[in-house]
Amino acid sequence: MRLSFPQLLARIGFSALAAIIGILFALPLIWFIFAPFNARAELGIAIPDPWTLQNFLTVFGNGFAMRGLLNSLIQSVGGVILVAAAATLAAYALSRSSIPGKSIVTYVLLLFSSVVSGTAAMVPIFLIVSSVGLMDTHIAVILVFAGGLLPTAMFILRDFIDGIPKTYEESAMVAGASPVQAFFDVALPVIRPGIVVVVVWAFVNIWGSFLIPFILLRSDDLMPSSVAIYSFYSEAGTPIVTLLAAYSLIYSLPVVALYLFVSWKFGFRFFGGIKA
Amino acid sequence: MTKKRNFSLLSHRAGAAFLAPAAALVGVFVLLPFFWVIFVSFTNRTLLGKTALSPDFVGLQNYFQLFDPATFFTRGQFGFSLILTTQFVLLSALVGQALLGLLLAWLMQTIPPALKRIVETAVIAAWILPEVVIGFAWFAFLDYDNGTLNMILRGLGLPAGDFLLQQPFWVIVIFNTWRGAAFSMMLFNSAFASIPPSYFQAADVAGASSWQKFRDIGLPLIRGHVVTDLILITMWTFNVFTPFILTNGGPSYRTELLSIYNYRIAFREFDFGKGAAVGVIIMLINLIFALIYLSFGRKKAKAVEE
Amino acid sequence: MASVEFQNVTKTFGTFNAVSDISFKVADGEFICLLGPSGCGKTTSLRMIAGLETPSSGKIMIGPDDVTHLHPKDRQISMVFQDYALYPHMNLADNIAYPLKVRGESVEKRHKRAKEVADVLKIGDLLNRLPSQISGGQQQRTSLARALVYPSRVYLFDEPLSNLDAKLRLEARGFLNHLQRDMGMTAVYVTHDQAEAMALATRIAVMDRGRIVQFAPPIEIYRRPATTFVANFVGNPPMNMIPVEGTIEGERLQLRAHGVLVRDLPISSGIKAALGKGAGLTLGVRPEHLSMGTINDVNMVSGKLFANENMGPEKLVTFERQDGGRVTARIFTDDAVETSENVAFTFDGAHATLFDAEGNRIPADGEMPL
Ligand SMILES: Nc1ncnc2c1ncn2[C@@H]1O[C@H](COP(=O)(O)OP(=O)(O)O)[C@@H](O)[C@H]1O
Ligand SMILES: [Mg+2]
Repeated sequence: MRLSFPQLLARIGFSALAAIIGILFALPLIWFIFAPFNARAELGIAIPDPWTLQNFLTVFGNGFAMRGLLNSLIQSVGGVILVAAAATLAAYALSRSSIPGKSIVTYVLLLFSSVVSGTAAMVPIFLIVSSVGLMDTHIAVILVFAGGLLPTAMFILRDFIDGIPKTYEESAMVAGASPVQAFFDVALPVIRPGIVVVVVWAFVNIWGSFLIPFILLRSDDLMPSSVAIYSFYSEAGTPIVTLLAAYSLIYSLPVVALYLFVSWKFGFRFFGGIKA
Repeated sequence: MTKKRNFSLLSHRAGAAFLAPAAALVGVFVLLPFFWVIFVSFTNRTLLGKTALSPDFVGLQNYFQLFDPATFFTRGQFGFSLILTTQFVLLSALVGQALLGLLLAWLMQTIPPALKRIVETAVIAAWILPEVVIGFAWFAFLDYDNGTLNMILRGLGLPAGDFLLQQPFWVIVIFNTWRGAAFSMMLFNSAFASIPPSYFQAADVAGASSWQKFRDIGLPLIRGHVVTDLILITMWTFNVFTPFILTNGGPSYRTELLSIYNYRIAFREFDFGKGAAVGVIIMLINLIFALIYLSFGRKKAKAVEE
Repeated sequence: MASVEFQNVTKTFGTFNAVSDISFKVADGEFICLLGPSGCGKTTSLRMIAGLETPSSGKIMIGPDDVTHLHPKDRQISMVFQDYALYPHMNLADNIAYPLKVRGESVEKRHKRAKEVADVLKIGDLLNRLPSQISGGQQQRTSLARALVYPSRVYLFDEPLSNLDAKLRLEARGFLNHLQRDMGMTAVYVTHDQAEAMALATRIAVMDRGRIVQFAPPIEIYRRPATTFVANFVGNPPMNMIPVEGTIEGERLQLRAHGVLVRDLPISSGIKAALGKGAGLTLGVRPEHLSMGTINDVNMVSGKLFANENMGPEKLVTFERQDGGRVTARIFTDDAVETSENVAFTFDGAHATLFDAEGNRIPADGEMPL
């Protein structure tokens, strides 16, 4: 289509406006492109001279930092396994069984999950965890995340399973499969893309979260990276900028990688749809 | 004749077994806290001391304290925090995120794909990176001596400022707008994408300007998405804890949102009873928004069915 | 192979009767079609045979066994689904061999058997592909192969050809017919396409709103439709239906309507009874039984030319009678049609079908079975 002159002008104007907004969004993050590779990085932007991986070596040599990454991994993986397994089973039941009151259950869950936010429930969660003696353990963080993320995970998966024709399992059963065989041989593989979505979503959520481990953990050697980074720059007086910059970058990598994976595999709308 | 159940892919018993693990987890960590927090809010439970083990029932005393007219509006008190949070939600979510998201989504429809991808990447990066990383990035960005922002301001010949000290509230408003605009942008993006292109082409043929197309075609057709977006970002922003990472609620309580206030009361001053009362009020407000959202969603589902 | 029997089977969804009190028996080795418009309960009936729906009341037998409440896996049946239900994560070999896998057959044995069946269906070269990598016709044959790979007592088909384009559909139909002749399978085949039912079935059960209105061999369904519903549903274009006034003149029946004068039909006791009630009759004539005539013919239908459609070997001539009712005739392409406004057609009285006021066919006296 040929553009008229005013249209062309409007298009240039829009592009310029979009570019300016893009730059404003990028500004606070540009620092992260340089500082991790600058052995003398400070809080200001400076092109590294020379570019170096020195800061990363410092991180790898820092026991507390590395321990934090490991703890983040333990808590995220533990939470993800629990969420994915429990949500898959529950969503499958909500979608495929004829248990009465399914839609009420769904409605009530949706309601509670949005009402009981981490912010509102920090006191009782703390009390529940301490009353069962799980204070300051990985398992406490994992269980709390699993419970909190499950309702949403169940909705995502239920939606997904509802969209899958029942004829997959029906054909399997007609062909002689038991319900258990039909679930594992046919249903589960077909649901897998939905489970991948939930896994990624839950991982990103747990990996990046701060409040729950901040409340439930006391010992340094259980702290995930999020709490470690926070204490690096909030409590240590003058932060060790070089270490923090490199560490933050390493800590962000899984999230970025997963995001790229998902937008490559499922398209851009995934993250939008999933939180909604 | 014995009445047998209708066939279903999963028997009732298997269905119950499948639901059990999720039910246990959600029961203990979502439903139980809901009732427990209500219960604790009527006690003087603390973290340490005698009342940690055997708290007394104090009735509505915690609520009276929160709503004490003498101190209600004082900084560092509940009322101040509530009003601050309301302003924060209005400015950063409803005005900031929603409008910016809408503008971005509309711009994305017309700008060249390469530029679109770059801008989207920047906006989405702000949203997906972990909150502590973002907090640290802004900490560096706003630093008085070396921070990027002040470097730019000085470069432009403008006065630099220690914004975290001077304008902390506006900092968290802009911070949260920046952090969350991506969601609205993506929601509106997909909403616009669901409008058949022929609608806009017909308007193009009729010679409509971009503004006219937005006002007469785009906006009316995504009204439902706008409502969804507003309710969701309101709920999230209302519950957000991230500004704590940047400001710790300070200086002198000037950025102490309800979530942060709740944290301070419960885990710095160890007054669980009062903290629980704050939690109950937050939940009540959440409940109102959730009900609006769900009834809206149901209406929409019904409209689709009809 | 085994027989299938419905005994007073009803299926209710909420308060809605999807299937109302139907009884019929499919003999061993018979290929029957459930034919009817969308929503009439065909799929529901079929799924009850498979065990995927439980009857609200009544009994279903396969062979000597009451299977009413038996789990699908224990029924020894095969089913081909409308959407094929091919497992997207398995290649064709594994898809076809899946029923053997759940029966505990060894990998070599089941792949050997899958290959045999696939070869018969001409998909033997595609066994390593995924379902998403083959065409619709090949997918259809894969799902057929999966149904044929293991011994079954009954084969169930739910509109298996409806997702194919016209040409492939004809081809697949022919193949199914061949298969039936070859294997002598007991089959229940659901379709809303009357031509498919005609081509495949040994007997057709025509369904309407949850009930079976006629259960008979195709030729009988075609020539002696039990009701106006069946007459309308079977045949393309359907039978012409003309409401007429009947009178008895001596030993013959005369019928009149706008543009219609029929003077030579035999009388039967059924007709006398129907006329005795004073209600009208409906005259049914198939398009292919009408031929060009004049208004002086003994059995005459006439009107204004409405459409003249060339179909290749034949053409469809539609004309409109004075009261607006349309009649279609199917004649050879080479037969001349008067280009003048008015056309007249005639037919042999033996080809007329009469229905009473309730829409039931009135049989001729001493009618022989077809
Ligand atoms: N699971 C169900 N719940 C409620 N109604 C159903 C269900 N399955 C079928 N029906 C209804 O029963 C009727 C018959 O359906 P079906 O047997 O699928 O018809 P057909 O296959 O002849 O098109 C339809 O009106 C349909 O809406
Ligand atoms: Mg059907």
